[in-house]
Amino acid sequence: MAIDLVVNGQRVSVAVEPTTPLLDVLRNHLDLKGTRYGCGLEQCGTCMVLIDGVPEYSCAREVGTVGGRAITTIEGLGTPDRPHPLQQAFIDEQAGQCGYCLSGIIVTAKALLDRNPSPSRTQIIEALDNHLCRCGTHTRIIAAVERAAKAGAPA
Amino acid sequence: MSDVVLPLSLQTNRRLDKWLRFQPDRTVRLAVGKVEIGQGVLIALSQIAAEELDVALDRIDILAGDTAEAPDEGSTSSSLSITVSGASVRLASAELRARVLGRLAQRLNCAPAELSVEDGVFLQNGNPTGHDYWSFSSAEDFAADITGTVAPKKPSSYRVVGKPVPRRDLLPKVTGAAFIHDIVRPDLLHARVVRQPSRSAVLTALDTAAIEKAAGAPIRFVRLANFVAIVGADETAVQRAAVAAPAHATWTGVPTLTPAMGEAGYFRGQPSDDRHIGDPVAPASGEVVSQTYSRPYVAHAALAPSCGLAEFRNGRLEVWSHTQGVYPLRNSVADILGLPREQVIVHHAHGAGCYGHNGADDAALDAAIIAQQIPGQCIRVQWRREEEFGFEPVSTAHMTKVSAVLDANRKPVDWTVEVWAGSHVQRPVFGGNMLAHEALPNPAPPPKANDPTEANGGGGTRNGIPLYDFPAKRVIHHLALETVVRTSSLRGLGALPNVYAIECFMDELAERAGVDPVAYRLSLLSDQRARRLIEDVAARCQWSKRGPAGTGRGLGLAWAQYKNRAAYACVAVELDVDYEVKLRRVWCAADAGLVINPDGARNQLDGGIIHAASMTLKEKVQIDGAGITSLDWDSYPIMRFSEVPEIDTVIMHNPDMPTLGMGEATFGPTAAAIGNAVAHALGVRIRDMPLTRERIAQALVR
Repeated sequence: MAIDLVVNGQRVSVAVEPTTPLLDVLRNHLDLKGTRYGCGLEQCGTCMVLIDGVPEYSCAREVGTVGGRAITTIEGLGTPDRPHPLQQAFIDEQAGQCGYCLSGIIVTAKALLDRNPSPSRTQIIEALDNHLCRCGTHTRIIAAVERAAKAGAPA
Repeated sequence: MSDVVLPLSLQTNRRLDKWLRFQPDRTVRLAVGKVEIGQGVLIALSQIAAEELDVALDRIDILAGDTAEAPDEGSTSSSLSITVSGASVRLASAELRARVLGRLAQRLNCAPAELSVEDGVFLQNGNPTGHDYWSFSSAEDFAADITGTVAPKKPSSYRVVGKPVPRRDLLPKVTGAAFIHDIVRPDLLHARVVRQPSRSAVLTALDTAAIEKAAGAPIRFVRLANFVAIVGADETAVQRAAVAAPAHATWTGVPTLTPAMGEAGYFRGQPSDDRHIGDPVAPASGEVVSQTYSRPYVAHAALAPSCGLAEFRNGRLEVWSHTQGVYPLRNSVADILGLPREQVIVHHAHGAGCYGHNGADDAALDAAIIAQQIPGQCIRVQWRREEEFGFEPVSTAHMTKVSAVLDANRKPVDWTVEVWAGSHVQRPVFGGNMLAHEALPNPAPPPKANDPTEANGGGGTRNGIPLYDFPAKRVIHHLALETVVRTSSLRGLGALPNVYAIECFMDELAERAGVDPVAYRLSLLSDQRARRLIEDVAARCQWSKRGPAGTGRGLGLAWAQYKNRAAYACVAVELDVDYEVKLRRVWCAADAGLVINPDGARNQLDGGIIHAASMTLKEKVQIDGAGITSLDWDSYPIMRFSEVPEIDTVIMHNPDMPTLGMGEATFGPTAAAIGNAVAHALGVRIRDMPLTRERIAQALVR
């Protein structure tokens, strides 16, 4: 069956079972590879997307539950040629080692800055605490979100 | 000339054209065998080439890890990439520059000293010559073997090396596709493996109909003896089938393990290969003290599951892998599949940080086996999360007993470290098996216990001999012949548990002597580089104002030179202990000689601190029944954002000393500094990692 979605501002229709994980639809049907599989268990945060502006795991989320709702992936923020200020802040801070966790983290940070443009360090940590990073880049990631907030990252 | 000792990578890859090529778009192709595993090595190697060739950094087009087009540099491991590959790139680049300029000097009939290079353009006494690398270099410049006789630049003249240049691979990683998992090829099929529960387990029944039903879309099976794969065009269906499959497969010959077998202490009394390294045992009179410390089995626990792609067309196999070593993987895959090595090509693609030998190579073999059965299609294998935790090789449990004979001043005059551990390195080229090989019709023989030689830094013995000025030092190594689960390399090998033991024991000896732990260390240490770091960290953490023990607030310090030959690091940790440990602040100083990219170096040092803290406080692979039972992030927790301390790292400026690898330097010292800080906070020592809430409660009851 066809399911209508709004992904990064574009209306799309995908022919999948409604029980298909949203993550699989994004990666395999819409070729949006920036949303990543980490655990499939809603434990690590690499698959985070915004659904109507709220960070949500996509790995175990059935696509049938998000029909018509606005989904934002990392590709909806910026591109390599025109990165979003948050993405640029991560580059400026060199806030990555392997980088696998970053797209999910940036998506969550976007939601944070959208609702609170000047978060405290504690608020940033709280917002990111559902995300795992194995390389130990946490302090730089926090600094990158602080940098983006200071620069007044636009929505 | 004959006494020039070339770096290992040049010894095995002598020709210049293996390394460097000038490309028509005015870039320089630099090909290396070391690969990006999150450590930022490619930008550092690019900086070295740009520096020696005198071209702008953005002209360096680096190709890393490719058996078709890049040199064989073995594995990317053991903090050797800058010291070995970097030294090779430096010599190759300097020699190419000299060869080209030498020919130009002949052409212009001038002295080579009159010539210089400005972003690849050749000048004579500062004036244009009309020539540059791209117009003037020719095949003859590359046709010779590298001699290593051309002196590279002096560090004082560096313009690119030593600068904190940003990496290039982060931009794609924060904007979209960037990893092996994201590769899309024509004729792509997704695959998952129904894992053999353990080596020598035999599949007696497989209900394929039930698995097909669970898939809900067409799938097919590939079966070779005890190797079973599920393959299909729809990844969602293949994944569903794989999740359902274990319940529909019946195996015999699966061992029954107990949690006790997963403890480090289990190795005592098990058959082992015993070695004695260092000073002979000599009678020493004095007070004898000893303590035993341990770390359990720990996982790489990469954030991404292992992934591999393979295509078999016309007898030629092409593989994509996030392996640490494309050539060793190529050789293993070719040998296992019965293909000539020249008919197998392995390309490196980026994966998630794992800091050692995890399932990357195994996933590549999975894909290659299936590809051979389904020629003409690209087979993409991605492990499931529980498969990653359950089947990757883990780092062996490790027990270290430290004994010292003390003189009248309670300083050691004789020092013995005794280690019980399984193999710290079991790559396929070092006695280990690739996972699926054990399930094939001609299965691999049992793995052989193995550890790196002392010349390569040791494995279980790594950092077992401290650099203190003790008159006699030795390590006795009991390498267990078998481990209950597969083991292989993880950041630092035995360095973390050994430095934990040694540096915790030093605090215990200091306490026994009634001397401040930092003063006690300095009184036994003549290595000036180490002393400088300890003094720096002690000053910054205000060690002299350290409070009494047992208040709940702790400050601890430890140091080591990784492998006793790579970078030095000293770490101090301040923490609070209530029911559990809460890290507050970490101070670190490191000396790595000439640092190529200080920002990348700091990233590695800080990352090592957090990784080590996570391991020390939280991590333990749970073993029970058929094998590993900690199969998700709830049962294998790692450090979270809310648990990470503030970190203040200083890298000593020491550019005239040779580069020392620093990717693993903070690992052991951090663990030991935490151990010492927890002991200071509690007034009670916990010698077995991880230092969990349960361990703290037990320690306080004792």
